[in-house]
Amino acid sequence: MTTTEPAKLRDKDYASDQDVRWCPGCGDYGILKAVQVAFADLQLPREKVAFVSGIGCSSRFPYYMDTYGFHGIHGRAPALATGVKLANPELTVWVATGDGDGLSIGGNHFIHMLRRNIGLKVLLFNNRIYGLTKGQYSPTSEVGKVTKSTPMGSLDSPFNPLALALGSGTTFVARGIDIIRPKLQEIIKEAQAHEGTAFIEIFQNCNIFNDGAFEHVTDKKIRDDLLVEVRHGEPLVYGKEHDKGLIWTGSRLEGVHIGQHSDVLGREVTGEDIVVWDAEDPNPTMAFALTQLREGIDPTPVGVIRNVKDHLPYERLVHDQIHMAQQKRKPRTLEELLHSGRTWKV
Amino acid sequence: MTSVETPGTGTSREVEVLDEAVIRFAGDSGDGMQLTGTQFTNTAALLGNDLATFPDYPAEIRAPAGTLPGVSAFQIRFSNFDIHTPGDKPDVLVAMNPASLKVHLDELKRGGVLIVNTGMFRAKEIKMAGFEVNPLEDEKLSLSQHYRLISVDLNQLTNETLKESPLDARGKMRCKNMAALGILFWLYNRPLEPTIEEIQAKFGKKPEIAEANISVLKAGYHYGETAELLQHTYRVDKAELPSGIYRNINGNDATAYGMVAASKLAGVPLFLGSYPITPASDILHFLSGMKSEGVVTFQAEDEIAGICSAIGAAWAGNLAVTTSSGPGIALKGEAIGLAVMTELPLVIVNVQRGGPSTGLPTKTEQADLFQAIYGRNGECPLPVLAAATPSDCFNMVIEAFRIATKHMIPVMLLTDGYLANGSEPWRLPEVADLPRIDVRFAGPADLEDGHFLPYKRGADSLARPWAKPGTPGLEHRIGGLEKADITGNVSYDPDNHFHMVRLRQEKVDRIADDIVEPELFGEQSGGLVVVGWGSTYGAICGGVNQARRRGLKVSRLHLRHLNPLPKSLGDTLRRFDKVLVPEMNLGQLATVLRSRFQDIRFEQLNKVNGRPFSNTEIREKIEEVLA
Repeated sequence: MTTTEPAKLRDKDYASDQDVRWCPGCGDYGILKAVQVAFADLQLPREKVAFVSGIGCSSRFPYYMDTYGFHGIHGRAPALATGVKLANPELTVWVATGDGDGLSIGGNHFIHMLRRNIGLKVLLFNNRIYGLTKGQYSPTSEVGKVTKSTPMGSLDSPFNPLALALGSGTTFVARGIDIIRPKLQEIIKEAQAHEGTAFIEIFQNCNIFNDGAFEHVTDKKIRDDLLVEVRHGEPLVYGKEHDKGLIWTGSRLEGVHIGQHSDVLGREVTGEDIVVWDAEDPNPTMAFALTQLREGIDPTPVGVIRNVKDHLPYERLVHDQIHMAQQKRKPRTLEELLHSGRTWKV
Repeated sequence: MTSVETPGTGTSREVEVLDEAVIRFAGDSGDGMQLTGTQFTNTAALLGNDLATFPDYPAEIRAPAGTLPGVSAFQIRFSNFDIHTPGDKPDVLVAMNPASLKVHLDELKRGGVLIVNTGMFRAKEIKMAGFEVNPLEDEKLSLSQHYRLISVDLNQLTNETLKESPLDARGKMRCKNMAALGILFWLYNRPLEPTIEEIQAKFGKKPEIAEANISVLKAGYHYGETAELLQHTYRVDKAELPSGIYRNINGNDATAYGMVAASKLAGVPLFLGSYPITPASDILHFLSGMKSEGVVTFQAEDEIAGICSAIGAAWAGNLAVTTSSGPGIALKGEAIGLAVMTELPLVIVNVQRGGPSTGLPTKTEQADLFQAIYGRNGECPLPVLAAATPSDCFNMVIEAFRIATKHMIPVMLLTDGYLANGSEPWRLPEVADLPRIDVRFAGPADLEDGHFLPYKRGADSLARPWAKPGTPGLEHRIGGLEKADITGNVSYDPDNHFHMVRLRQEKVDRIADDIVEPELFGEQSGGLVVVGWGSTYGAICGGVNQARRRGLKVSRLHLRHLNPLPKSLGDTLRRFDKVLVPEMNLGQLATVLRSRFQDIRFEQLNKVNGRPFSNTEIREKIEEVLA
């Protein structure tokens, strides 16, 4: 396996020899490809990568990557991955989870992983449905969702995963779409570069049980007016002619036409009025406002929404404490350890 | 037992030399009884007594003051000979308030010493304890006739002593336990210096508190001396223990020490993933203080994350452990199955407590044996071990890691609240005598034709290789789906599943070839053998010894390996007419043994009231069975 001259890794070098068993046409294929291409772009050594997952369609991901992989139990991928990262901070640890796995049965681990800011990269495949159990509504399904378990429509409000992540103090928050691969690859590479928890929600189409759930942002006929690409340092401009943008009203973000009159401003909108995105703002208020745009009415944000850099990751802090303790007292031999404290001789 | 001598100190008091004594400190949960008992214990240890302790405290941190549920107690038995239990009935009871008198008086030996803090025997407290009249004045109770009653107003003694202290009234009252401790040190002719040193070390940064505690401790001692509370005092000489270096240890600390020791023996870093739960939390606390030894402790968001983080750490190449108690183990069940399926080395410690559900968090029980052996979905066998004494927790956790790493399997270690909090002198082992833990991580040499086979097995142990992520060339995938043997690929093949189910069972069964057979004490065959497991060890030793001193032919055998059972067990038991199995449950080991040895008849002795067996209970049952 060792060659004198390490060959450049191609995207297919990250593919394992296992047959991929997702349904034909599933959005997961695009995500798998995006990860493999992004990893090849970064030339990540395969042995340094560990993919950890829970249960669900998305959680089969590790089997298809020729890296280290751990297919865990339902909802617990963040906890398994936390142990891996704490035991060996040198590893690049990615978590693959879904809306049911990560936000329902694993909701507790999910928020605690985010608040700890441990250096895990998280792909949340959000298809707003339970696929592997054949089509029940999920914690991200819209109210009124008719499924096998909700024949008269679901009653409970969904999670907004980005808002949940922001509320949990996540230092890197992004959203991608399965079929917009170049953008997803870009986000994956930014996530890989981030220290601390990097959370990526991916709109993923389940063509069997929830086909077209994200049509408003994937249908080329309408998506230009309903999708805003978020880039650090650039204005929140959208529309086919780049003639629309988001302004700050003082309490929320609002979509406007550049060059047209705005009631909020009381005048014609200019390019200067459009919010220039600051993903590195430690204050999450604007990021939260971005997650509150109305889906299908306002533009849906895609891209890196938050990327705060000055928080040390949890695993570093843990090992720094150990290092500090060892500066004060060198590790003892077993003999010294047993004989430490109050002893007496008989 | 009661030789009387007059010490040559010029005083006229007589000192009675005893072989052993049992003292119980009882008070409100805010009265510091656990601390008082611990201090008495530390001094007894330093004086070379053998000892055993039994802390008994309520689940509430501070139940309403003065109430019966708020009573906290600490019993210590110390002796000049080898003992195994903290004793049955106390010789001395310290009752800091009416409630503690109410709860514990029944167990005080007739003629025993009863020390009461009259300062708390006020109308309100007397009523709260459920006494209709002041028990100290109640003629029906007539305490002074049945016991050697010492009535002292410890509140007043403390306040008087601390007249000049800068502490506030509340702070002063917190020192009154030291007055009680001082009186006990006087009564048993024990030095104050070790306690004074510990107080100084503990309150080094708060000298006014240290000074107040020391003053009250001395005041209690001098009060005993000057008031000549009893005609004579007592002495318990040091025990003839095997020579060596000793320390006093409780089960939780011994468990934690054993984990650090295992890590050093294996040369592999230790990782603990845990969630706080009574009575296991002290292991988490202890290891959190072991950062200088490179130990990583992770206080997880819940029990499931505790074990899952440990499984992740095990996969990544750490010596991983999770600690909990019954309800937490129930939550970990699915993840234990994952560790069985992925064949990773992991130690799971269950410090058992009273169940089911939340049950009796601070009381002891051994009713999780079925849970340990059977409590998972699917055919999910794993080795189950149990420690017998507080210091044995050290040995057994090392044994658990040895088996886990050698056989690539999760191992359950059972201790319980009685072992966890009870303490005894521990003769420190020679490092050279400790078992070896040889860990081998897979490397390039494990490749076959450039392929790594994660489920290829060793011939004897059937262990698969331990391949750490980060190792070039060994990239592989594991998980909870059924795996094809050898390749480790996901497999739904019916024959493979049947093969793997039997293989996982055989992995556990073969561990029987790799364990020390239990020792049989007493006659090697005959009328009766008592078979125990876990913390009943002490009481069974005590009870069997009592019975043997009365001329009964009874042997005993203690199991530390409960799954798989030792290979010699069936043949050993068949050499006896009767087998008695005492347990702090309704007969779980007895059921396991019956299903394994259908030709043997098992008698049971069961007790599930949150308290350990007494020696007497065991002895009486032996007498009944042999009658």
